Amino acid sequence: MARFVVRRVLQMVMVMFAVSVLTFLIFNVIPNSDPAVRMAGRQASESTIQAIRKEWGFDDSLPTQYVTTMKKVFTGDLQSQFTQLPVGEEIMKGLPRTLSLAIGAALLWMFVAICFGLYSAVRAGKLADRFLTILALIGISMPVFWIGALMTHYLGFKLGWFPNGGYVELTKDPIDWAYHLILPWTALAILFIGFYSRVLRSNVLDTINEDYVRTARAKGLGERQIMVRHVLRNSMIPIVTLWGLDFGAVVGGTAILTETVFDLQGVGQYAAEAIGQLDVPPVLATTMFAAFFIVFLNAVVDILYAVLDPRIRLQ
Amino acid sequence: MSGPGPGTPPPTSEPLLRVEDLHVSFATEEGVVKAVDGVSFDLAAGEVLAVVGESGSGKSVTAMTLLGLTRSSNAKFEGAAHYKGTELIEASEEQLRRVRGAEIAMIFQDPMTSLNPVHKIGDQIIEQIQEHEGLPDQQARERVVELLDKVGIPRARERVDNYPYEFSGGMRQRVMIALALSCDPSVLIADEPTTALDVTIQAQILERIRELRRETGAAVIVVTHDLGVVADIADRIVVMYAGRIVEEGTLDEIFYDPKHPYTWGLLGSITRVDRPRPERLPAIAGLPPSLADRPEGCHFRPRCPHEFAQCTQVPPLESRGDERSEHRDRCWLTGEQKRELREVRPGEIGLEDKAGAGAG
Amino acid sequence: MATEPATDQPGLQPAVAWEQEAERARAPGLGPWKLGLRRLKRNRIALLFGLLFVLLVAACIAAPVWADRVAKTGPNTNHLSDTIRVDGESKNVVALDGIPIGPQWLKADGRFFLGADRNGRDVMVRLLYGGRNSLLIGVTAAFMTTLLSILLGTLAGYFRGKLDLAIRSILDVIWSFPVVILGVALGVALALGGLQLGPISISGDSLLIPIFIIGVVYVPYMARPIRGQVLSLREKEFVEAARAQGAGPMRIMFTEVLPNLASTLLVFFTLLIANAVLLEASLSFLGAGVRPPNPSWGTMINEGVERIATAPHLAIVPGLMLVLTVLSLNVFGDGVRDALDPRAKVRLEH
Repeated sequence: MARFVVRRVLQMVMVMFAVSVLTFLIFNVIPNSDPAVRMAGRQASESTIQAIRKEWGFDDSLPTQYVTTMKKVFTGDLQSQFTQLPVGEEIMKGLPRTLSLAIGAALLWMFVAICFGLYSAVRAGKLADRFLTILALIGISMPVFWIGALMTHYLGFKLGWFPNGGYVELTKDPIDWAYHLILPWTALAILFIGFYSRVLRSNVLDTINEDYVRTARAKGLGERQIMVRHVLRNSMIPIVTLWGLDFGAVVGGTAILTETVFDLQGVGQYAAEAIGQLDVPPVLATTMFAAFFIVFLNAVVDILYAVLDPRIRLQ
Repeated sequence: MSGPGPGTPPPTSEPLLRVEDLHVSFATEEGVVKAVDGVSFDLAAGEVLAVVGESGSGKSVTAMTLLGLTRSSNAKFEGAAHYKGTELIEASEEQLRRVRGAEIAMIFQDPMTSLNPVHKIGDQIIEQIQEHEGLPDQQARERVVELLDKVGIPRARERVDNYPYEFSGGMRQRVMIALALSCDPSVLIADEPTTALDVTIQAQILERIRELRRETGAAVIVVTHDLGVVADIADRIVVMYAGRIVEEGTLDEIFYDPKHPYTWGLLGSITRVDRPRPERLPAIAGLPPSLADRPEGCHFRPRCPHEFAQCTQVPPLESRGDERSEHRDRCWLTGEQKRELREVRPGEIGLEDKAGAGAG
Repeated sequence: MATEPATDQPGLQPAVAWEQEAERARAPGLGPWKLGLRRLKRNRIALLFGLLFVLLVAACIAAPVWADRVAKTGPNTNHLSDTIRVDGESKNVVALDGIPIGPQWLKADGRFFLGADRNGRDVMVRLLYGGRNSLLIGVTAAFMTTLLSILLGTLAGYFRGKLDLAIRSILDVIWSFPVVILGVALGVALALGGLQLGPISISGDSLLIPIFIIGVVYVPYMARPIRGQVLSLREKEFVEAARAQGAGPMRIMFTEVLPNLASTLLVFFTLLIANAVLLEASLSFLGAGVRPPNPSWGTMINEGVERIATAPHLAIVPGLMLVLTVLSLNVFGDGVRDALDPRAKVRLEH
């Protein structure tokens, strides 16, 4: 097990390196334009462009450029071209908000999806199952920012049931914190509930047909025990993996689409605003850290998986 | 209702398990499939009954139906199965649960997939013991170690905490047997217990089942397509074809005096290594019928070389011999015709030395 | 193997062989495609949604007809200071306080059927033209993803070894980026100068940029399963038989491997279009997709969300259109998968 962990961590470091290289390529090499001009933004004077070219070493060889860029990212030397605020600090400021959003939503979607998925599988083919299936498909077909915008407008602004966007620190007032996050959690969860309940449903249906479930039934176990100990336990293994990865994808990606609509001021909204202004440094940093986060979670999930499913450790 | 035939003497004691006119059908995409079509048999205490047939003959469905394992929304059942005062076919899930594992236990075909891969084998057995007897953890665990030891798993005390993937196929089947025996069942149903195993392992597993049966006195139903398995341990044999019983009798009756042409074919496909191989093994031509669309009358008709006019009517399962015995079959041919026609002569398939055939 | 069909041949047939034959005999004489089609025909809901998708596509293709004959305006034509006659009354297209009129349905002879946006542009016309862009991007990107995935997946799966390792590593790295942020990063990077691919130069405003981006980001999701399938297919007897007969890799690829991937590809393709349309909307919403004033459902939702308080129809209408399109593809794709997936069969014995 220890060897498995070490190997997995080494692999993680290698992938992170590759991720940083690819990020560098996306911003500095692939596009068909002067990186200094791009970095400077839409309306920049010639002197600004020259200053940026010098600062980032855009005239150096590519490996040197890579090193310069990474140095800037990791020493916190990176600045927004637009607001001149340091990128690292801004990201740290937004992180608790983004994590609040992602963790709450992830718990919500997992809980609801287990209920829906199990119920759907037990009722497979019946009316309730079909209804839930259609509901799930509607869920995965809606853009999160659209449903989010409708929710804030109608449930927040029109009906006044929920705050109209904004964020309250958890440490200041936990209840108000949750109250402000209910709508964002729900909007984000809808998408994943649809997805997870369907995956769980089909996993459960596959597992129910497994020989070992028949064995469990032949042992005289109760239906509840069969469902929980034998069917659900085995159906959950692939879902837990998915959960970890999707949590990473939410923090690193979907949050961008959600936070702006609810004005949560997290990392996602920070990135979204930078994108709107074509402000390269913050986009570069958030892109890379998002991928790092996912690679990290990927490793954690793999290790967790090995704990859950003893067969994995052998490989 | 076709209980015991008209000629049989009334049974001296109630059988342990009596299956009466069991019908099972499934709704599938290809139409309604009659998997079991009027099967009746008795099982006496301590007896080993073999149910033999090809895949699709309904033998496994029959076995699993006894424990309600084939129940589903697209399955339909008729008939009855009486076990110690409980009718199993109509029984509630609650009633069945008390029978499963405790009274009637089952060993499945594929030991590789029949154990849950994410739980320790000990826990999987303890689970059953506690379900039925509510023993405290430590005692249940002791019982499991004893059982594993009894079925021949070395270092049982350490192996309790291993996961299924840490065992070979034969060892896993031993675990399955230990599981099945853990609550002292009166009936053990073994569904193709050796099909998925190597030949040498097969012999060991059969040996183990035979020994354990001697020790515990449990009645055994062995479901198999392999007559070699049957020759080893069965007292009585039921041959099934396309959902019906086509012949039933004692081991000797079936092996030395097979009446149904299908049984002849089955016996013909056992090869003997200790004899020179005959030019042509008398195997059965053609394919078993699709269960959704079976020929009228005798289902074996299209594959039978001795078909004649009467075969379009379903032959009843009855004793057609000179003597009034419990050796019954479902073929219109007269006893004399059968003796003349059958290509398999007792000498050719002889099973004088019974232990040898299974390992063969 | 294939010399004699196992029909009425008496002779050597040990019990195990019967089992396999019984298995073969149980499948009716229909091929997997026919069987799948039969199942799909029985799935009314999936067919209904498939039809809905066709209708939506047809409506978007017919956009110019609506624009010329009914609305009498183009997708980018402003009517900021115009008035229209509704029920004999004259009304401003955009009121003095900047609020555009809502849906008029047929009250103004089909003009401003779904109202106007803040520039006084006809929402219905923009919706149809935007749909053209969104669907064009979706379908083309899905096509591109499929081609790239087949190429990479089969190369990796068939030749294995170092090539496989290289392709797999690259896919893994791309896969580490969340789809949205990778799309956005590429969008931001390509927005100013466009893209130079050999002799082809694409300007930053072109629709080809979002197509390229979306086409690339989904490749790992499709190439990895294809690789897995090719890996197992190449070990199958029929591929080995073809190899033994001297067929080269290309020939095996086209005659043996690809036909067996077809059902997977079909299902993937349907779901890819749905996801590509959704991603286009997300990228455009963030300003990294289709460039205004070009309409697409994403840009329209983006503009609508900004003004949801005063003119909610601007957000609701394109959003609903998008949801209907994606939903119809998802339901249909789901039905296709159920129809082609052999696991959906009822299991009998064993």
